[in-house]
Amino acid sequence: MPKSDTKNSNNMNKENKTTPTKKIEELQTHKERKTVLMQGNEAVAYGALDAGCNFFAGYPITPSTEIAEILAAELPKRGGVFVQMEDELGSICAVIGASLAGAKALTATSGPGFSLMQEGIGFARSTETPCVVVDVQRVGPSTGMPTSCAQGDIQQSRWGTHGDSPAIVLYPDSVKESYELTIRAINLSEKYRTCVILLLDEVLGHMREAVRLPDMANVRVISRIKPTVPPQWYKHYENTEKYPSPMYSFGEGYRFHVTGLTHDVLGFPTNKPNEAAEMMSKLKKKITYNIRDLVQIESFQMEDAKIAVFAAGITARSAKAAVTLARKEGIPAGLLRPLTIWPFPDDAVRKMLRNVDTVIVPELNQGQLIREIERLVKDRSDSKLIKIQRVDSKLIPPQDILQKIKEGI
Amino acid sequence: MKYPYEIRLSGSGGQGLILAGIVLARAAVLENHYVTQTQSYGPESRGGYSYADVIISDEEIYFPEAVSFDCLLALNQESCDKYLFDLRENGILIVDTSFVENIAAVVENTYEVPFTEIAIEKLGSPIPTNIMALGFLVKVTGIVKTASLQKSIEESVKPAFVDLNINAMKLGMELAKNYGK
Repeated sequence: MPKSDTKNSNNMNKENKTTPTKKIEELQTHKERKTVLMQGNEAVAYGALDAGCNFFAGYPITPSTEIAEILAAELPKRGGVFVQMEDELGSICAVIGASLAGAKALTATSGPGFSLMQEGIGFARSTETPCVVVDVQRVGPSTGMPTSCAQGDIQQSRWGTHGDSPAIVLYPDSVKESYELTIRAINLSEKYRTCVILLLDEVLGHMREAVRLPDMANVRVISRIKPTVPPQWYKHYENTEKYPSPMYSFGEGYRFHVTGLTHDVLGFPTNKPNEAAEMMSKLKKKITYNIRDLVQIESFQMEDAKIAVFAAGITARSAKAAVTLARKEGIPAGLLRPLTIWPFPDDAVRKMLRNVDTVIVPELNQGQLIREIERLVKDRSDSKLIKIQRVDSKLIPPQDILQKIKEGI
Repeated sequence: MKYPYEIRLSGSGGQGLILAGIVLARAAVLENHYVTQTQSYGPESRGGYSYADVIISDEEIYFPEAVSFDCLLALNQESCDKYLFDLRENGILIVDTSFVENIAAVVENTYEVPFTEIAIEKLGSPIPTNIMALGFLVKVTGIVKTASLQKSIEESVKPAFVDLNINAMKLGMELAKNYGK
């Protein structure tokens, strides 16, 4: 981590201690929220602000630009910092540096930038530094089609960075939920001290809907907690198995070492197999021991469903419309939608597979969600899987899914 | 009004269709409807294709894009050709005859208005054509109230351009009276 970054963010953090008057101002601006027309990207920006995000470093890219645009205007007003970086490599590093200095840091990008951020994302996971990366997906590979929709980063968000590290990835399907899951992403990053990824679809990022945001008093915000030990006893990577696990920031009088190398509890590089195993198991357990807290799913008309659609993000909107149409014709169809796609909701999918005969998996890629369903369907070989895959930049219309529902019944 | 009501505003990039979509959607929000507004456009800021979809409903809208339109506004020939056949039966077609010369199918409720020419003549610029056409559309379809549309324009455009756009809206509504059916 470049020294200058940490220094800057450190200064920022000191200035950023909210004075009472500032707080009042902030609350006033949030008072009596009305139903307004809001874009997905706007909802992400407001969610970030409501969750206490006070640092953004990024490089604007369609279709995520509005997030940077709004935060560039809003963060300085609230004592936060906005930095337009030279590229996405710098962006993710600045975000990690700011977080180590105590900021709630977020960045937003799209496919090409997300690829560049992968190394930094691994660094954040290894060093257990809370931060959030928003990836508003567009058509790829490479620069692809900037203004068109695809769901090509589903597996990348899980496996994009090298090394074996678990991921938390959230995936909203509406403008309102973009707001809610941004807050949740920041909360989870603080709670589990990791890099949380929020995936959006281009259509959702640009789509406007009537939304009423909750009043500030009803927004639940989680922030990292401070350990109670004296400085000489502080271990930055101590395995407490409690979440949020306490952590100090740079500049608070507690010393710790941060490295991308495999490290011991104090943060110093280690080659000892037992310490390496300990670190890796800590990273994994954070996720696997807290599956219930992390996984969120929506069941739509699933109670008596015999045919289920499994879809995420904007495709779930098509699926919901299709399920509603099928129900009108008396077909027992339902929708299972993961709001958390990583860790993958294995248990919910297994339960679904036990109860239905056919599963339809529509997605805007050439088979990414379906891999997970195929992995789980092995337990029940008589379940029929139907794929709908589209990569021509257009959404899957409800009628296409309805047709497959009818074929599958 | 039959809900969900699906509208596509189409033309080329730079004609202000997305702004028109936002203005219409915001007007519907002011009337407490469920609304989604989506758009599709090329990477160019001028030229290329561009359209904005607005769906207005009295219940939750799942699929956010317009599939079969209750109303189609086409401000150029290409978009008229491309989307005409997705117009619902009894749907309303509004075309800008400044750019649309042929309509590929006979549609019962067709309004042919030289919006851009009128904008240049009456408002001195082609720029407010989008809001003028929107005023026309709102008057013809009755999808939102005039007052809501006016308030939405005031909230959506820069203060310096509010008067120009309100005038454009009123002009569009006046025109609709002449085309009354």
